[in-house]
Amino acid sequence: MIPIQLIEVSAHELMTRAGIDIPADYLSGLKAMAEVEEGDLSSFVLRAMLENYEAATVDRRPMCADTGVPRYYVKVGNETQIEGGFVALEQALRSATARATHDIPLRPNRVQPLWRTDYNNNVGINAPEIEYSFEPDGDWIEITTVHKGGLFGTDYRMLFPGDGIDGIKRFFLDTMITFGKRGLACQPAIVGVGLGGSKDIAMVLGKQAACLRIVGNKNPDPRIAELEAELKDLGNSIGMGAMGFVGKSMVVDCHIEVGYTHTGGMPMSIHAFCLSSRRATAQIHPDGRVVHRTDPNWFTAYMRRETVEWPPLKEHSRKFA
Amino acid sequence: MATTQGTLKEVCLTTPVDDTALRALEIGNIVYLDGVIYTARERVYQRVIGDGEMPPEDFTSLGNVNFHCSPAATAKQDGTLSVGAVTATASFRFSNWMADWFRISGAKVIIGKGGMSGKDYQALFVPVGAIYLTTVGYGTGALLGRGIKRVRSAHWLDELGIAQAMWVFEVERFGPLLVESDHTGQSLFEVNNRSVNQGLAELYKGLKPLSLSRYGETDDRERELI
Repeated sequence: MIPIQLIEVSAHELMTRAGIDIPADYLSGLKAMAEVEEGDLSSFVLRAMLENYEAATVDRRPMCADTGVPRYYVKVGNETQIEGGFVALEQALRSATARATHDIPLRPNRVQPLWRTDYNNNVGINAPEIEYSFEPDGDWIEITTVHKGGLFGTDYRMLFPGDGIDGIKRFFLDTMITFGKRGLACQPAIVGVGLGGSKDIAMVLGKQAACLRIVGNKNPDPRIAELEAELKDLGNSIGMGAMGFVGKSMVVDCHIEVGYTHTGGMPMSIHAFCLSSRRATAQIHPDGRVVHRTDPNWFTAYMRRETVEWPPLKEHSRKFA
Repeated sequence: MATTQGTLKEVCLTTPVDDTALRALEIGNIVYLDGVIYTARERVYQRVIGDGEMPPEDFTSLGNVNFHCSPAATAKQDGTLSVGAVTATASFRFSNWMADWFRISGAKVIIGKGGMSGKDYQALFVPVGAIYLTTVGYGTGALLGRGIKRVRSAHWLDELGIAQAMWVFEVERFGPLLVESDHTGQSLFEVNNRSVNQGLAELYKGLKPLSLSRYGETDDRERELI
């Protein structure tokens, strides 16, 4: 049984780490870009960002004041038991969000969309979002928080099989250029692409690809990994860098996730994470151990399964491929 | 005071910024500020311009620098206010308010994210001698937060909330900021866009058009969509 108080305290700690400490994978990705950037303004911006990460960590203050809309991704083992069950879990995550908003502080961005009601705690109807996934083994719970802005850098479009890879590239470029100008996408960023599923799932997969996979991680399907590399290079060949200034720093890495979709369509979403790439994960065990890390490891083999059974039966494993 | 950083010139200004200092700025200069700055965005504009209500503090004591910002801040139990990080919000959404705002407030410097259009600078900024400074990144919230030495006040905190209240900050070496529009109304972003635009046609060469278009869609990628 995992104590509920431990979950609340850990979620509060995750909010702090995500808001303040730049993840190591993104930091080294950005440093590598800064080294080869030739545009003087773009290069100045990248150096200022590197200085900013240091200031945030030393002062223990948020990297960016637009702390986005804090949310959670929860992965639960098949054997996991939580004190008080899932209703208690959700209350703990809402409580941690409200406390962290005051303590860190985070900007209370969450408002009712029509009346703009703001409780100053980032909690409200459907906020913070909590998404769930499961793992066949394990008695632990993994909680990841992501703080991502939401106004620019994301788009969705229904493409069709006939649009093919050309269509994917075209929509990718359109989105990068639209939001890259004046730096509204807060680039260079990890860019996530969701392909397939129903249109809502295309959005969900793209967002998860941007926020829950680390720089350097590749899709296990080699042909998808190849397309990831191609889109990354395409984004960096636009001629645009940080803040939309002349340069070549747009995409620190590109991640694609797919879902089986309607035979007539190819829905696509694009999400640019940001120059602060705020994510933090904790794995919490029933014996009270809490292991912190910055790799959410969200997309497991189980998550990407394409068979009916799990584990896949050997004789059936290719039948559905 | 001016120094250079690489090919870029660095300037330190004191608020309220006088006209001579404003006229000396060129697009692409790096700027740091000392003095007093205040935040105001849509809800403050609506209150002052739309509802005709003046801030509790006179504009002359607020200085002439308006920051398009919502801080990550907390009002503590004892009533004191603390600010962790500050970054700007996208300014292009506020252009309809700017003419009245300049007239009522006497602001000469707007700090924000992403700038406004060259047309707005010519129509709204140049006639009153105002310039635009863009934050960097985005955003350097921790560096800008360091530059805030004291929260002097936060007006309308109860009515407008933390994000939309009018915050008054005393700042030291507040930056880095970049001159996006100078006194002639040039835009640094638009100068850069023109260079980037030259390579766009080549990028799309050979990519066949999509099978389904959208109403209102443009294929003119040299246009900005703000």
